[in-house]
Amino acid sequence: MEAAPIPGGGRSTLERPPLARLPDRALKYGLTAIAALILALIAYFFIRLVGEARPAFGKFGALGFAFNNDWNIPAERFGALPLVVGTLLTSVLALLIGVPVAVATAIYATELCPARLRAPLTLLVELLAAVPSVVYGLWGLFFLAPKLLPAEQWLADRLSFVPFIGGGLVTIPNYFVAGLVLAIMILPIVSAISREVMATVPADHKEAALGLGATRWEMIRMAVLPYCRSGIVGGAMLGLGRAIGETIAVAILIGGTPRLGSHLFGPGESLAGSIANEFGEAQGLHRSALFAAGLVLFVLTLLVNGVARALVLRAARGRTAQAGTVDAGMRLADTAAGV
Amino acid sequence: MSTPGASSESLARFAVSRARRRRDRLAHGTILAGTVIALIPLMLIVYYLLIKGLGSWSASFFTTDPTGNTFFKNSNIGGIKSALLGTLEMVALASAMSIPLGIGVAVWLVEYGRTSWFAHTVRFAVDMLTGVPSIVFGLFVYIVLVVGTGSSFAGYKGSVALALLMLPVVIRSGEVILLLVPEGLRESALALGAPRWRVIFSVVLPTALPGMVTGVLLAVARAAGETAPLLFTAASTLKTNTDLGQFMNSLPVQIYNDVTSPTTSLVERAWGAALALVTIILLLNVFARLIARRSRLA
Repeated sequence: MEAAPIPGGGRSTLERPPLARLPDRALKYGLTAIAALILALIAYFFIRLVGEARPAFGKFGALGFAFNNDWNIPAERFGALPLVVGTLLTSVLALLIGVPVAVATAIYATELCPARLRAPLTLLVELLAAVPSVVYGLWGLFFLAPKLLPAEQWLADRLSFVPFIGGGLVTIPNYFVAGLVLAIMILPIVSAISREVMATVPADHKEAALGLGATRWEMIRMAVLPYCRSGIVGGAMLGLGRAIGETIAVAILIGGTPRLGSHLFGPGESLAGSIANEFGEAQGLHRSALFAAGLVLFVLTLLVNGVARALVLRAARGRTAQAGTVDAGMRLADTAAGV
Repeated sequence: MSTPGASSESLARFAVSRARRRRDRLAHGTILAGTVIALIPLMLIVYYLLIKGLGSWSASFFTTDPTGNTFFKNSNIGGIKSALLGTLEMVALASAMSIPLGIGVAVWLVEYGRTSWFAHTVRFAVDMLTGVPSIVFGLFVYIVLVVGTGSSFAGYKGSVALALLMLPVVIRSGEVILLLVPEGLRESALALGAPRWRVIFSVVLPTALPGMVTGVLLAVARAAGETAPLLFTAASTLKTNTDLGQFMNSLPVQIYNDVTSPTTSLVERAWGAALALVTIILLLNVFARLIARRSRLA
């Protein structure tokens, strides 16, 4: 922008007077400050949370807190293993149920579906992300769980020889129902990411497979799925991060009993759920323990999301010429799915 | 794909074998079944929301505050007025805080930061914020604004928690849209002698506006449905309250309280409130998509 100074002194006629350059500078440094604010915010966030969680970590030790199986509020003993297990069990259940369905939906929408149905189908799946978590809780507790109860009891009776699945008394809120509702909740994000990644498969590859005589399914299995593997895994990990952090639906559906459940169809508690259920009445060490649970949750979701983003970005970059636009499109899709 | 055997005997050996064709059809069926399964929950949720929710809607449902009278079976439990107003008010304040900030960061990332290490760090931080569970935002605001100031719960504290939640969504969607603004537009404006700030305000932002509105509406829709960040920041109350410095009711928190109470009549009220909440969020989503369709960029 700047013109060379004219020999003999004086300003170039092309140069702006200093006063006119002021708004430009102000905007640039103002916006930079706002961006720096985001970083400061996260750092402050972390430090304050650690500060509040310190009494609990100090008393039980970080590992003792995370892995002791003893959450006893009256006795002021806080070992969060039942909560960690509840969180991981429901989230893994959500992945096992949700990911195959989400990938099937994505394959159908990108490869098999008539072109006219594609947009409505995508919209319907994305609308699942628009339903608030508390409504999932309401629906799960008063519609889904009672309807599923006989089926769950039947399964528990038939499989009574399998440890952890069968044998026990089935309750309305339980691990399984919480996991099932989580599966529905992560469906839109996993499906959206899978769809975006599948859209990056070059048409050449697919046409080559078909040209060699492959059937549709063989083309999907040999050309589409291997190409998208890391993207789909990344999408599933993003879903996992979402499931781990999901609070209200799980708090309503898991039962709110902070003990290690004896079986899949019994009540338990999750990290996020314990905060929602207990924080209102918590005092002193209990409150600190709940902050510690929040911190464990925070770190867990950061790790899972970090791995997920790395995988998704790797899937999109460096493969196609227009990797930049794919990346942009994918980020938009995952915003739309309510990240 | 396969040539019908009848047309030419010599081509029959190229036909897809029966086993492969069966496998193809099986896979087709499985994938279709998966898709149908994915659509069932939405249908069931919408169906039950309409059946149960419309049943508890009445003219007074929207114009009365919820009451605490739940002891007798036929006592008047009231409606959702305070929750509806509280949600609108808190989400409006949260939007007023997060939208300018978020768009500012997005503009900085695209126009100034670009590919510098600092911009990458900010992008990474925003991605991290996206993954933070909403209840953790609630805890943070509780620490800073409730414990930190020594005062009690208040509507504006709930708004701050919601704003933190919206911020990464606004930044990311804004950045995506700004990246789609053609470089040529910026260069033409600069070549005409416009300073950078005028390029941003008169060329880049107006071009990106419809797309940005879409992202912002989706963020607002997300904030409107959140319960967890409000539990320990705005808490809940029965009375209508327009002062953001006091306890404030909201639709998600009222639904949560009603769901976790053991009274059947309160669950009825929760269905009605849930239908109202989902209607608001769906309308925001529909608007967002309509505007997205009109955008020339996306």
